[in-house]
Amino acid sequence: MTVAATQQLIDLTYIVAVVGFILAIKWLSSPVSAMRGVLIGEIAAALAVGATLFDPQVTHYKWIIVALIIGAAVGVPLGMVKTTAIPQRTALSHAFGALSAAIIGIAEYYVGTPNISKFGMVEIGLEVIIGSLTFTGSLIAAGKLQEILPQRPITYKGQNFVSLSVLGTAILLMLILVFHPEYRHVFEAMVIVALVFGVMLVTPIGGADMPTVISLLNSYAGFSAALLGLVLNSKVLVVAGALDGASGFILSVIMCRAMNRSFTNVLFGAFGQIQESTAKVEQKPVRSASPEEAAEMLSSARLVIVVPGYGLAVAQAQHKLRELYDTLTKRGVDMRFAIHPVAGRMPGHMNVLLAEADIPYDKLFEMDDINGEFPQADVALVIGANDVTNPAARHDKSSPIYGMPILNTDQAHTVMVIKRSMNPGFAGIDNELYYLDKTLMLFGDAKVFLTSIVKELSAVHA
Amino acid sequence: MQFDQSLLFVFILSGFLGFELIKRVSPLLHTPLMSLTNALDAIVVVAAIIIAGRHETRLSTTLGLIAVAASFSNMVGGFIITDRMLHMFKTKKDKKQ
Repeated sequence: MTVAATQQLIDLTYIVAVVGFILAIKWLSSPVSAMRGVLIGEIAAALAVGATLFDPQVTHYKWIIVALIIGAAVGVPLGMVKTTAIPQRTALSHAFGALSAAIIGIAEYYVGTPNISKFGMVEIGLEVIIGSLTFTGSLIAAGKLQEILPQRPITYKGQNFVSLSVLGTAILLMLILVFHPEYRHVFEAMVIVALVFGVMLVTPIGGADMPTVISLLNSYAGFSAALLGLVLNSKVLVVAGALDGASGFILSVIMCRAMNRSFTNVLFGAFGQIQESTAKVEQKPVRSASPEEAAEMLSSARLVIVVPGYGLAVAQAQHKLRELYDTLTKRGVDMRFAIHPVAGRMPGHMNVLLAEADIPYDKLFEMDDINGEFPQADVALVIGANDVTNPAARHDKSSPIYGMPILNTDQAHTVMVIKRSMNPGFAGIDNELYYLDKTLMLFGDAKVFLTSIVKELSAVHA
Repeated sequence: MQFDQSLLFVFILSGFLGFELIKRVSPLLHTPLMSLTNALDAIVVVAAIIIAGRHETRLSTTLGLIAVAASFSNMVGGFIITDRMLHMFKTKKDKKQ
């Protein structure tokens, strides 16, 4: 086969791959077709990679095979992590994705200089800046999620000004390069400044904002790949990058809306710091209940809505919750799960944690679909969630979470909250739900408490 | 290096297509969505293979090889984890089968 014919065949394979990518995402619209989507995505990716190996430009194979083997050796364990660790794995994969996009851009720059057009330099410059900052930013995010780095936002006075100046410097250096692409030291300085900016971007962001940050970094990683596609004249990269970028962007918008915050507020607001000083510790009376009492009320209920939060997963209580679900369902109790968009540490995380515990996904409801059901619920059972149930978000204008959409747990007939102690949650805000007359506090570790409820239920029934 | 306008078209059109497609993804599956798009985005590996395979300079080859390993790990890991997660999503009926 001639070189031109081979090239054409490869390009055709890329078109097939792109169709596969699009179908893969399309079929993710429902859990029923989603498996098919992943399969077609895998086939498409394999075709594209396989075809590339026949590219006439590729003349040396040995090291490429070694690199592919290393990649697979790293990828397999990263694909097998526990479901609770998926957020940090995802952050790490954004880092890897951004790293590869950035260093390919860097390689292109060194190979291409000094014959780079002005427009080409803008493309490479932006691509390398976004890729580099996403690389370090994602590493910091992964470190925070893995709890190697402190979860608390790290801030100092004048931070936003300093951060923006650093970003400005990177762009300034890029502009110099547009006119003098041969200044290699300027290019190197630009990369370093962008890497530093990535660190500065994510360090001040607190744990509660991680779902938004992960989505935003996902978007950056995607767009850097799309820009790389523009640099390299590769349509398949442009399409895959644009799809990934759009996905991350939409998820960030959803996360921001779920917290009633703007992008700028997430990036420059340093949530979680301000609240700490304003959180007043008041001693108000609460009602508490024993596992026996809770079991009694749950078994006589018709509709129970569970509000799970990340605390549930921290306590490793999701499997006990499934046992409770099984026991109560057998007794004819309708048990449903209300999932707030920011429950868990990344978009959709709570659904995965519950699905892993074999809770049927048709019992998992989104906030807007279930909020109308709370007035009919006999019991709203809150486990490991806090701020997303705080009625202060509806009426207390002075509350930092004012305006945030919440789950209407306070409209249920009875509210039960499993909690270790009265300590305020992630954002450090006191939850007025706990002091309502209809609220029963179930003090204890979620797993231990659920175990005693289940034991109580089966003892009564036996 | 020349600028090809048709690529900008492709970029804008696929951006819009992405918005339309992703709006329809069930929020139930937002985590698998992110890991799947991550795996698809790892198609950067094809560019990395070409950079590494062209063998132009020692630097570009080395950078290319690092990119091959980094993006291929994303591709492999991303597909594995998406697959694993989707297997967890079952209805009551599926469980009985």
